[in-house]
Amino acid sequence: MKEITFAGAIEAALAQAMATDPRIVIFGEDVQALRSNLFFRFGEARVRPAPISESAFVGAAVTAAMAGLRPVVEVMLVDFIGVTMDALLNHAAKTAAFSGNRWQVPLVVRASCGGGYGDGGQHEQSLWGWLAHIPGLSVVVPATPADAGRLMLTALAHEGPVIYLEHKLLSAYWLDYLGAGGRETVSYDVPEAGARGPVPDSWQPLPLGEAAQWRQGSDLTLLSVGVGVHRSLAAAERLQAEGISAGVVDLRTVAPLDENAIREAVSATGRVVVVDEDYEKFGLAGEIAALLLEAGLKPAYARVCTTGTIPYDRRREEEVLPNVGRIVTAARALVEAS
Amino acid sequence: MAEPAEAAVGYDPWPVYRQMLRSRFFEEAISELWKQGLISGEMHLSTGEEAIAAGVVMQLEEGDALALDHRPTSALLLRGIDPVLILRELLGRPDGLCRGMGGHMHLFSPEHLAASSGIVGASGPAAAGFALAGQHLRPGKVAVAFFGEGALNQGMLLESMNLAVAWQLPVLFICKDNQWAITTQSPDVSGGTPAGRARGFGMPAAEGDGSDVHAVWQAVAVALERARGGEGPTLLHFHCNRPEQHMLGDPLLRIARRPVRELSQMAGPATRAILGRKGTSLRERTRNLGRFLSAIRRIGADASDEHSDPISQSRAALAGVDKERLLTLEQVVVEEVSGIVRKAIAPAEEAR
Repeated sequence: MKEITFAGAIEAALAQAMATDPRIVIFGEDVQALRSNLFFRFGEARVRPAPISESAFVGAAVTAAMAGLRPVVEVMLVDFIGVTMDALLNHAAKTAAFSGNRWQVPLVVRASCGGGYGDGGQHEQSLWGWLAHIPGLSVVVPATPADAGRLMLTALAHEGPVIYLEHKLLSAYWLDYLGAGGRETVSYDVPEAGARGPVPDSWQPLPLGEAAQWRQGSDLTLLSVGVGVHRSLAAAERLQAEGISAGVVDLRTVAPLDENAIREAVSATGRVVVVDEDYEKFGLAGEIAALLLEAGLKPAYARVCTTGTIPYDRRREEEVLPNVGRIVTAARALVEAS
Repeated sequence: MAEPAEAAVGYDPWPVYRQMLRSRFFEEAISELWKQGLISGEMHLSTGEEAIAAGVVMQLEEGDALALDHRPTSALLLRGIDPVLILRELLGRPDGLCRGMGGHMHLFSPEHLAASSGIVGASGPAAAGFALAGQHLRPGKVAVAFFGEGALNQGMLLESMNLAVAWQLPVLFICKDNQWAITTQSPDVSGGTPAGRARGFGMPAAEGDGSDVHAVWQAVAVALERARGGEGPTLLHFHCNRPEQHMLGDPLLRIARRPVRELSQMAGPATRAILGRKGTSLRERTRNLGRFLSAIRRIGADASDEHSDPISQSRAALAGVDKERLLTLEQVVVEEVSGIVRKAIAPAEEAR
């Protein structure tokens, strides 16, 4: 095991896959610069810069996948996926069903996501719940370098469309590009274990929809994805100091959800806090409540999510995004109430 | 630059230069605050676009609308929006233009019918809607869409051009062409020309030097008259430079400026990529690296291109007319902008 960065892990897994599978092609805005190492090695035919035409090139990626390629199409920021939603909602997600499962769309849509660096509410969204709402789309949100590489292989191997979301606080080049811009006068709350960590020498895909319990706890369960996992771990440390034992589960994929892992972890503690950087209402947190109720479980429940449009002002942004303080408060309230 | 034989109606080079300079100094102040870490996130300046902003915005009237892209500062400043409020917004303060909620890509002023967006191409439909409201509620008023040539590959903008023609909407489509779509060279990913596309929709179009403010002014005056007269939209395609690249701290510009330092960080992974087993031929890999470096060289050349600077061009012309007046004017603008900055960074209670 060696230690590398989150972005380095994605690149290493992609390079490994591209070296063995000539069907894998990357395209999107600025990929010749954003993925310069892959561009040098594999050339423009396989790492191709696109015009700022998301609805065209994502739409084209759908049928390119149907016709034999394995495209990794990039839309830079998940916020920009709004421009190309039709290709995903009405085409990528529907083809398998409409064709009676005779035609698959093995497509990876790669986008950065998430906030915490003061870029405003049109560039810091998470949107995984919104995307996961659509039947036919898979959504993965890695939280560590090892999972970032493995889930990229999972996405590439999957026969259907996968949205691969890369949190900007974990990917150093995104944070530098959109946040610091080379400045040493700004700082960000980057979770160290997410930005850099041990990875395998040879990459293997994870099964799609397999959560990981990162911390055991007997009083309550914190469920999260992406940076929220690290905020939950930090909250669990703080709760430990107060005598509250909190377990942390990294869902790793939002769609499909690892429903067994969720049910097991929550039924063991009887209390659950969902920590979700996506919007609070009609999303992942509500979905988890529903599946627990459907399973006949009635845990004490709370959610710590992004409460509205993300403010540009970093102080207010910090309050709107799930932070360690809000998680601790919600967890403590649950334990005290029951 | 020789003074044109016939000046455009309403055109006076002195106030125009003053506004352009105000914009430049204002953005230099923004750049400084950004470097100090007081402004967060991305910062796309409109440096290099001042002549286009001035030539368009200074001819607008009350009731005209502005649909802006991710570089809205210059146009908003010239539209008369309080620069102290703009700066406080960029500082994320509750007493900013949008109460610190929007930030520099999402500046809004309902009183001025001015809205910006960080989504490339979004100014097209925005202007069409403003113009539609104008047709109903404010006859004779127009809407302006500012966008880059990269945005002209975005469907929503092309669709808006067609919509504006079909509905005879009073829109000015202002294309600021700096040849770069984020960090991809536009000619590499674009077919045809902006004017050619507009004409394809049956829309009149003109092309000009966006660093020559008088030329911009003249072209805009024609398009405005047409739009105000109910004859529909026009596309104006202006060439300009982007000395700061896509945004402050642009990593490719950093490489161009400090190649040894920045490239040394890239060297390890790049070498491994070039030597990695499987992939294209070594010869093609070397060529790919060469293409990357040639884009960096181009960025470096853009950054140091004084010739296309609209401020220097206007300044040179005015210096030949009245040097003393020029220096006085410049001193006034320096003082004005430093006053704006002082007021903007003052604590809220003092600012009142």
